[in-house]
Amino acid sequence: MIIDHPLLGPRDASEFTYMGDASLIDRPDWQSETAARDFYEYGYLRDNPAGWHDELWFHEAGDRSWLVVTRNTVTHEISKVALARDVARARGRSK
Amino acid sequence: MTQKNRFETGGQIDRESLHKFTFDGKSYTGHAGDTLASALLANGVRLMGRSFKYHRPRGVLTAGSEEPNALVELRGGARQEPNTRATTIELYDRLFAKSQNRLGSLKFDLLAINDRLSNFLTAGFYYKTFMWPAAFWEKLYEPIIRHAAGLGSLSLKEDPDVYDKGFLHCDLLIIGAGPSGLAAALTAGRAGADVILADEDFRMGGRLNSESYALGDMSGADWAAATVAELASLPNVRLMARTTVIGAFDHGIYGAVERVSDHLREPQPDKPRQILWRIYTKRTILAAGATERPIAFDNNDRPGIMLASALRTYANRFAVAADKRVAIFTNNDDGHRTATDLQAQGIKIAAVVDVRADAPRSADYEVLHGEVVDTKGRLGLTFAELKLTDGSSRTLECGALGMSGGWNPNVHMTCHQRGRPTWNADLAAFVPGEALPAGMTVAGAALGDLSTAGALSGGVKAAQSALDLSGQGPDLPQAEDAPINIKPFWYVEGCSRAWLDPQNDVTVKDVKLSHQEGFRSVEHLKRYTTLGMATDQGKTSNMGGLAIMAEFAGKTIPEVGTTIFRPPYTPTAIGAFGGRHRGQEFHPKRLTPSHAWAEERGAVFVEAGNWLRAQWFPLPGETTWRESVDREVLATRGSAGVCDVTTLGKVDVQGTDAAEFLNKIYCNGFAKLAVGKTRYGLMLREDGIAMDDGTAARLADDHFVVTTTTANALPVYRHMEFVRQCLFPDMDVQLISTTEAWAQYAVAGPNSRKVLEKIVDQDISDEAFPFMACANITVCGGLRARLFRISFSGELAYEIAVPTAYGDALIRRIMDEGAEFDITPYGTEALGVMRIEKGHAAGNELNGTTTAQNLGMGRMVSKKKDSIGSVLSEREGLNTDTDLRQIGIKPVDPSASVPAGAHLMKLTGPISAAEDQGYVTSACYSPNLGHAIALGFLQNGSERMGERIRLVSPLTGVETEVEIVSAHFIDPEGDRLRA
Amino acid sequence: MHDLIPSTALGGSTPRTDTFPHVTLSENDGLALASVAARLGREADCHGHLSALLGRVPGPGQAVLRDPEAGFWMGPEQWMIGAPSASQELLAEDLKARFGDSASITEQSGGWVCFDLIGPGMVDVMERLCAAPVRRMQAGDAQRTVIHQLGCFVIRREDPNHLRILGPRASAGTLHHALVTAARATA
Repeated sequence: MIIDHPLLGPRDASEFTYMGDASLIDRPDWQSETAARDFYEYGYLRDNPAGWHDELWFHEAGDRSWLVVTRNTVTHEISKVALARDVARARGRSK
Repeated sequence: MTQKNRFETGGQIDRESLHKFTFDGKSYTGHAGDTLASALLANGVRLMGRSFKYHRPRGVLTAGSEEPNALVELRGGARQEPNTRATTIELYDRLFAKSQNRLGSLKFDLLAINDRLSNFLTAGFYYKTFMWPAAFWEKLYEPIIRHAAGLGSLSLKEDPDVYDKGFLHCDLLIIGAGPSGLAAALTAGRAGADVILADEDFRMGGRLNSESYALGDMSGADWAAATVAELASLPNVRLMARTTVIGAFDHGIYGAVERVSDHLREPQPDKPRQILWRIYTKRTILAAGATERPIAFDNNDRPGIMLASALRTYANRFAVAADKRVAIFTNNDDGHRTATDLQAQGIKIAAVVDVRADAPRSADYEVLHGEVVDTKGRLGLTFAELKLTDGSSRTLECGALGMSGGWNPNVHMTCHQRGRPTWNADLAAFVPGEALPAGMTVAGAALGDLSTAGALSGGVKAAQSALDLSGQGPDLPQAEDAPINIKPFWYVEGCSRAWLDPQNDVTVKDVKLSHQEGFRSVEHLKRYTTLGMATDQGKTSNMGGLAIMAEFAGKTIPEVGTTIFRPPYTPTAIGAFGGRHRGQEFHPKRLTPSHAWAEERGAVFVEAGNWLRAQWFPLPGETTWRESVDREVLATRGSAGVCDVTTLGKVDVQGTDAAEFLNKIYCNGFAKLAVGKTRYGLMLREDGIAMDDGTAARLADDHFVVTTTTANALPVYRHMEFVRQCLFPDMDVQLISTTEAWAQYAVAGPNSRKVLEKIVDQDISDEAFPFMACANITVCGGLRARLFRISFSGELAYEIAVPTAYGDALIRRIMDEGAEFDITPYGTEALGVMRIEKGHAAGNELNGTTTAQNLGMGRMVSKKKDSIGSVLSEREGLNTDTDLRQIGIKPVDPSASVPAGAHLMKLTGPISAAEDQGYVTSACYSPNLGHAIALGFLQNGSERMGERIRLVSPLTGVETEVEIVSAHFIDPEGDRLRA
Repeated sequence: MHDLIPSTALGGSTPRTDTFPHVTLSENDGLALASVAARLGREADCHGHLSALLGRVPGPGQAVLRDPEAGFWMGPEQWMIGAPSASQELLAEDLKARFGDSASITEQSGGWVCFDLIGPGMVDVMERLCAAPVRRMQAGDAQRTVIHQLGCFVIRREDPNHLRILGPRASAGTLHHALVTAARATA
């Protein structure tokens, strides 16, 4: 596969390490009343779609950026690639 | 021997260069430009092998890579290569090949008896026959079958050749250099695009080299040669002959095998035999051509019976007559072209047998309306039996018979991304479907454009559309543009032993049987009969099997559908996938800065990650590793020792939020760590399980150096970047690995300070540099260095780091300055013994299943801050009364051994998983205590000090009584550390 | 002055050179290296110092080839600066003084082995080693890529036949072996 890195352009997927569902960015608040339940769901309950999926890939043999790659798990088509840091900020992780 | 079937003139062979070669011990000659198959045919050799199951005599069926029959063992010794297609082997001088799958000689194969037993050896024979008794399969049936069936044999020697991998980038990859591929390459090349043109053949031109018709005022072969010459002159075009594109992968990545040296007797020194190229391309044109298919009739597998197009190739390209007297069996006009071409070369056409009532008539040869129903000839074709439409029978004398059942576009590569071909009734063939691999265009015969004119113009159009070019494109020569007028005809009514897949010996009868037995899906048919599952992937056979299955099922061919093709397009040497990564080069080596010095001292090395670490340093007279290790441990604890710890992962953490960041990744607190101090840190995974441990040294308010274990350096760094970028994107913290930037040595033992005082330029007294201190220092009169007073061994100890380039000099200096204290180098084994004696957890304890609680570090998990894993570490299931706790273990009998991996059970009672109370993680002999010691985990272990329990290891036959003790065998109060 | 004698990444006392008909492979032992990472919110200041040092700020995939200091982009807001070690062995300290608290500076001199591959066959050698499109790269292009499983930087120099390769120092021997093997295979 080729991942179109937002800064570096098309790069072979072999340069990357895969982690999984990009919902891992949405780490719950440890002080919430429901923290135990929230972290359980965060850690263990994930979607496994046959189709479009936001995934975390680490450019290990590259610039060490974490990316959010929107990939169709059936066709391997990739529709969007973003720096995970930007995604995290957009999802309100700036504190 | 003369080449009795070679024409006096013609062909694309170099008659000046005479190659001698040997087949089955007999000597022959051929020419440069020949394949082994063409050279054998030129010498009148029709019999080239025996079939897989029935050991039927077989000759060549095709003239290309689709060949199912003529498989030989090429070369000898370690280079012997089984199942090599004689049709693709480029002839070289002193080539050596043998036929295969025979017992005795090729002509008198003793296993030909299988052919007589064919009534029993039908589809599903193995499934049905060898079911019982089950134990017989492995011991009796399988060895016999494996011996009798099968194809070539392996040399069982290591491959002496090397293989390379390589990477190419282009705008347009063109697969196939026939008329459409060449036209496309010319169009794209002249437009300035970066083009790669790959063809599996050693001579580019595809069918143009095999046909007699003209392109404009040139022969097809000459036009191909002229075009190739122009392309070769373009710097933006890379021509890759002898290169098979084996697969279409995601996003425009193609695999291709270039046979660099297969046309030589052996590769030149240092040169690879083959190169596996990974080609990155924006667009691809598949111009892979088409493959003619045979027709099924009884005994259609005798040597001499081949595809009509192959007869043409041998005649036109190689100037070889398969025989002096040839018959043709066809269902389309293309069969007649063969008759015309052969007759022009002076070959006698016995007759053209055409199934079509409206078959074209000829004044030059006899055309018969009917079918070939059977053949004769023990080791090669002698007669064809005909049944004519008028009801009459006839026997034709012929030594070769061309079958022309129509053409299958080579759609293989269009299926590699799960595309499904679609049925084209006009061609009676599958053509590429809608869903092609991204960026792929198909042109020429591969698309179903079977005429030369269509292929040429299709190639131009494909290149123009792939590259968004406008304009006319190159001027194309006049070329034949005839329709093929096919009448679908797959098999002769009533035939039985009519071969569909000659390589796996699958007949029409087998397909019929599988249908009768209920295998209705095409995938099931394939697996039950093994149709198309041989090394040729059914290139000539699948279509016939499908058509016959459809007829039996009363369905149309598109209703039945087709199986799809997978990479590789043709068989590929495993060595090509390995490339240079074999033996010592399987993975990279990482050497520590003291490696050369350790080698000089005879160190025994162990692989850790990719690092080579000194395991121990044997001295003369020491006969066992234990002797060396015990000495190293005692010397270190007695005076001073030194160990290379460069391999520990090191991460530089800087920024105004560096301390806050460490608070996140470690479960214990770092915010209040003073500058100049080091602290042990435990990292948890988010699920509360321990991930790694190490130290963090605060060199400045905004600067820490974090260490990780050797094995986890990479995943821990990745995790830290995840936390930084994805979880806390607005922390001011910067990370970079410095593992290899610093040479780091542990100097340990009661005299370690005295040794280092001679090297370090600053005051390192206990007052100035207490336990857990860290600092930027200088050594040896000014070299920048770092010093950490940390200890894994439990002794007074330091870790000292200098830039890697000085690592060799520093270890030698430490040894020199430490000589008066008998400083002793120690390896990872002694390091391991000392950390077990001290009760320090390591990888065996942080094994991916243990929590901080289990490790006895539950109280380290701060509840006052947010850190990765802190919330889930409090889960009920990880906090029960019977939780495992890290403990020390010593045998009641001091002479008993304690194996790691042993389990802990009650003193009496059964030994079973249900009785399991814990297990041993690390064990060693303690030279300080004089008996074995171990670390392990035991249910509620921290409350069970002094208890006696049974240690069992059914695997090694050990059953020993042990006592549960503190994990801190040596210096539990830590006085030595603080000395 | 200290009296410790450095060794080269390949373990010798002098850098190694291997000569082939089409390329020369030289171990370059004269490079001091330090990484520069902009502090959060201080990017503009950091860029200013980079511009002053290099003439401009190298963007993604770019290097500035300049004497005595050169630099290339490593990652978002992160660069590697190189300088001759003979004159600037204490490069990291110098950079720290220059950048102040606008950037995190980390000494990298010991972390890397540097090879210069020079000759008309340079591209042919690299095609057997890494997926980076070396043939298409221009002077000043710098890419991280994988050579024999090792993460390396490849930098196209002004001379079209010259490629600089930075690889992990502990695997200098493996990287050298891979380069020499590919040079022999393409000679």
